[in-house]
Amino acid sequence: MGKIFFYVALALAVVSGLIFAPQEAGLQIHPMEQFVVQPLFGHGEISWYTPTNATLWLLLAVAAVFALMVMGSSRRAIVPSRGQSIAELAYGFVYKMVEDVAGKDAIKFFPYIMTLFMFIVMSNALGLLPQSFATTSHIAVTAVLAMLVFLTVTIVGFVKNGAGFLGLFWVSSAPLALRPILAVIELISYFVRPVSHSIRLGGNIMAGHAVLKVFAGFAGALGLFSFLPIFAITAVYALEVLVAFIQAYVFTILTCVYLKDALHPSH
Amino acid sequence: MASTTQEASHGAAEAAHGGGSSMPQLDFATFGNQIFWLAVALVVIYLILSRVALPRIAAVLAERQGTITNDIAAAEDLKAKAVEAENVYNKALADARAEAQRIAAETRAEIQAGLDEAIAQADVDIAAKAAESEKAIAEIKAGALDSITAVANDTAAEVVAALGGKADAKAIAAAVSDRMKG
Repeated sequence: MGKIFFYVALALAVVSGLIFAPQEAGLQIHPMEQFVVQPLFGHGEISWYTPTNATLWLLLAVAAVFALMVMGSSRRAIVPSRGQSIAELAYGFVYKMVEDVAGKDAIKFFPYIMTLFMFIVMSNALGLLPQSFATTSHIAVTAVLAMLVFLTVTIVGFVKNGAGFLGLFWVSSAPLALRPILAVIELISYFVRPVSHSIRLGGNIMAGHAVLKVFAGFAGALGLFSFLPIFAITAVYALEVLVAFIQAYVFTILTCVYLKDALHPSH
Repeated sequence: MASTTQEASHGAAEAAHGGGSSMPQLDFATFGNQIFWLAVALVVIYLILSRVALPRIAAVLAERQGTITNDIAAAEDLKAKAVEAENVYNKALADARAEAQRIAAETRAEIQAGLDEAIAQADVDIAAKAAESEKAIAEIKAGALDSITAVANDTAAEVVAALGGKADAKAIAAAVSDRMKG
């Protein structure tokens, strides 16, 4: 009985789909439109202080961090609530990462690394909300984050080790003849770090969101068969949730790795 | 400058035409704005985390660790006390058992001594009574023999007189004692 009903419903859907087919059948896909930075109020020129949609979602990320880490832990319970558990989990996750990867003496950089992690993971998560603006999909944002790490690591490296920091580029375990070549390669890879560091994050988030938008455009254009792209959107969205966390994790752990180089430059 | 912004605002329209420069990410006109607000966001998050959230969470975690450590120590203490109490109990039990056995042995020995004494006393009494009884029996036996002799003499004299004879008492007594020996 249920099966018959299902088939009847399906037939009705097909007929109505044929009758009320979308008027504009052309593909209306603008995958990059979602990344446009616009002023929140009016249509004026964007100067450095203009509140834009980017501003809004950056500040929402701040609010989310505040809600989780401050309001979540406000009860200081010995037996934690759910929110406090998550806050403690995030704390322990990053703390252990810094301790394990960068070493015990990197613990003083823990608030700094925690700031990066919380900002990125919250921005990525908020960016997945429909109609939201993914701040971490912008190279301007990720490049600043990566340059912050790069400059911190370089400055800390020279302050802690002086000229000894250059030992990072001098692979003393390699044969002497190879060392200059390796030094050049190491030097190049060192300066490529902020590039890969920022583009990895920005590119992942941008690509994921663009793919979602492309499938959404297909869903609008395919009429009856839009369930196919909707399934795809569901799958990609699940993947993006994973990517949102993994990219924050990758960014943070690479920061720890670079920091370890700065604190212990010997190979 | 104005034209770039204009382009950014209408990036969507360009995307539809497949324009190569339609990536809003590469619209440098918005970079200053994004970087400024990003800096604000990062500074605020850093202050929130380093001033409030992280010390608080660290304190909570330390307190919890302390509580757990204390509880475990207390539990171990209580366990040690329980073991001690059990040992004391077992010792008391063993002592009591030994005491009971001692008392039982003592009592048994006492009873045995009393019993032995009573048996000895009874043996002595029984022996005395038996001797007395034997003596009485002997007396009775002797008495009975005498009586029988007298009755036999009298009966023999009567029998002789009834047969018409006249018997000398001495001869009858001799005859009776002869017969009785035979």
